[in-house]
Amino acid sequence: MAYETIVEDNIDVLVCGAGLGGTGAAFEARYWGQDKKIIIAEKANIDRSGAVAQGLYAINCYMGTRWGENNPEDHVRYARIDLMGMVREDLLFDMARHVDSAVHQFEEWGLPLMRDPKTGGYQREGRWQIMIHGESYKPIVAEAAKKSADKVFNRICVTHLLMDESKENRVAGAVGFNVRTGNYHVFKSKAVIVAAGGASMIFKPRSVGEGAGRVWYAPWSSGSAYGLLINAGAKMTQMENRIVLARFKDGYGPVGAYFLHLKTRTQNCNGEEYESKWWPGLQEMVGKEYLDPELSHATHRPIPTCLRNHAFINEVNAGRGPIHMITMEAFQDPHLEEVGWENFLGMTVGQAVLWAATDVDPKNENPELTTSEPYVMGSHATGCGAWCSGPEDISPPEYFWGYNRMTSVEGLFGAGDAVGGTPHAFSSGSFTEGRLAAKAACKYIDDGKAQGIRVSDKQIEDLKTKIYKPMEHYKIYRNEVVAGSVNPNYINPRQGLDRLQKLMDEYCGGVTVSYMTNEKLLNIGLKKMKILEEDLEKLAAEDFHELLRAWELRHRVLTSESVFQHTLFRKETRWPGYYYRGDVMKLDDENWHVLTVSRRDPDTGEYTMEKAPCYHLVGNDE
Amino acid sequence: MPTFVYMTRCDGCGYCVDICPSDIMHIDKTYRRAYNIEPNMCWECFSCVKACPHDAIDVRGYADFAPLGHSVRVKRDEERGTIAWRIKFRDGREKNFLSPITTKPWGKHIPKLAEAPAPSKEMRNSELLYNEPKYIRMDDGELYSLKAAGLKLKEGVYY
Repeated sequence: MAYETIVEDNIDVLVCGAGLGGTGAAFEARYWGQDKKIIIAEKANIDRSGAVAQGLYAINCYMGTRWGENNPEDHVRYARIDLMGMVREDLLFDMARHVDSAVHQFEEWGLPLMRDPKTGGYQREGRWQIMIHGESYKPIVAEAAKKSADKVFNRICVTHLLMDESKENRVAGAVGFNVRTGNYHVFKSKAVIVAAGGASMIFKPRSVGEGAGRVWYAPWSSGSAYGLLINAGAKMTQMENRIVLARFKDGYGPVGAYFLHLKTRTQNCNGEEYESKWWPGLQEMVGKEYLDPELSHATHRPIPTCLRNHAFINEVNAGRGPIHMITMEAFQDPHLEEVGWENFLGMTVGQAVLWAATDVDPKNENPELTTSEPYVMGSHATGCGAWCSGPEDISPPEYFWGYNRMTSVEGLFGAGDAVGGTPHAFSSGSFTEGRLAAKAACKYIDDGKAQGIRVSDKQIEDLKTKIYKPMEHYKIYRNEVVAGSVNPNYINPRQGLDRLQKLMDEYCGGVTVSYMTNEKLLNIGLKKMKILEEDLEKLAAEDFHELLRAWELRHRVLTSESVFQHTLFRKETRWPGYYYRGDVMKLDDENWHVLTVSRRDPDTGEYTMEKAPCYHLVGNDE
Repeated sequence: MPTFVYMTRCDGCGYCVDICPSDIMHIDKTYRRAYNIEPNMCWECFSCVKACPHDAIDVRGYADFAPLGHSVRVKRDEERGTIAWRIKFRDGREKNFLSPITTKPWGKHIPKLAEAPAPSKEMRNSELLYNEPKYIRMDDGELYSLKAAGLKLKEGVYY
């Protein structure tokens, strides 16, 4: 093969993926490892990569203990009820007790945090959110990471992790290719922090054709956080917990600032409040413990995001759509109108474009909302990801194995979307998780845990052959047909993605089936997934760009298979409004108040599933 | 809205190619100018639009749901620390917005941790991160712990 092999040796900490989690990891690693070799491998350009590439208009996770607003345990309780009890409270508490220190540093670095003129504190959007002018959020944190790292490798698509051959289940680095030059890159490292992204585009999107990239989570979030870890045999948790978002129709513009700051509300097509009529039936499904509108009203305990989706979905299916966001009142105030528009320009410009294209002025009409296709990620109102160790001073024995944020593979750490059971981390929490993982990774090395790592040339060469196979395959078979993309010997990455999206949609609870699935559908889906995996061996890539898409697809497929397995395992409907198991439509605390944990054997591809105990924060006297 | 590039403005400098998070801005080999090779993988994030020194890149709403006749233009200025937006509606109305992007000279106030005083052994063995505990509340308080909060973790069904 003509692709040059470039080896970066003797790395101490390798950061794979430099969004908010990865930049936090690289930044912090330098403090604990001032003489260590810290390297970043990033698929795009670190200045504008990850989910925050276009900016953010709010930091959604800020305690404000400095201003007497919240304590870490308050945030844990909030995330717990929002996720119907299924969270890792040790990891959440840990993230929450550190997150403010990240935000205060962001302000010092120049990120414009809005101030409340009355209190002098940060401008609150809601209880947990503070408002920012965050167009340059990503370039600012990237600057911090660049100052700490020895080298940033941009445009490297990391495809696989390297495994140690002297000790089983220990990481040894990563490999990938440069999407510009095509060169093969080998990173030999003592510790690896996977801070890659969650998965968009694994379920068929509502948009079609040209608009298929108008997804809620970035199209470049290719599930590599999961693909890399699953392939290395790391245990995963809560992968069934996909998320569905209620958003402005088509543009998927965010609604948080509208609800919380602009105090807008929703109505059905007849101008009626519709949520409350669905609560009694829903309460029978999930129990009063999880849905108690009177208690929520009295104590401001939130009604879980999924349950509000449930009311939305059912109202639309009952024929009273569309659901409108009532903006006409708030937008009469020029300041609030400005906030409403800048909110989009700061983080979802496409929504502003769509309203301009359709002459929607929310001052004069109430825009439509919709529920999105599902997404698999771990930092918004859901907690998919790897089964990671918590911190020593908090975690119970089942949650602790030596190093904070270390996965079940030694020396392999996670941050952001990669860590399971930690929803509501958002940008600041992901950055914080990166910092925590970095400190732990340095300690792991200093404790001598990474000694004697051996990686054979064979492992490196085998992976090289694997990585470029789609290009070889293309070269061999392309001339069998005159022209075009139809070939009996292969499919291209787009064709594979289309098949995956259709399959996930129809069998795993996507949009076209109103998020419904059952055991029979899941089993059929899994069979089709196996065949898709076989066909992926015949994936063809015309150039390096298509090779990038090929490996993104493979990471998406590994993610999807895990979602199938977890959804099949959890025999209950825990999150109505995210998805429904039609054969078990009730929440079942007796059998399923547990976290689901899976492992895919990297050699055989076989899945093993287990239940892990769910610990909750309680008072010392309880 | 996928991006497109005006033929007469682009000089093929490649800034957009360098920055695009989705790897879809490429240089056309015949015209030696940039174009969007995969519009259905475009997130309309405007990274390329902001990076273009010639204002050569624009966006046109997704064909499957956005009617023609609109525009959203942007000017990002690191020197002044501002970003300016102009939205033109299909019916001709216009809206303009101006926001700060930073409060400090670019990159000047981000520390170089290789030069920070090294952490003590005690700090290494604690749960503290860089700049902690001070930056948690900007006071002299300690890091939070379950013990201090009077809490413990307990297995079972709690809401």
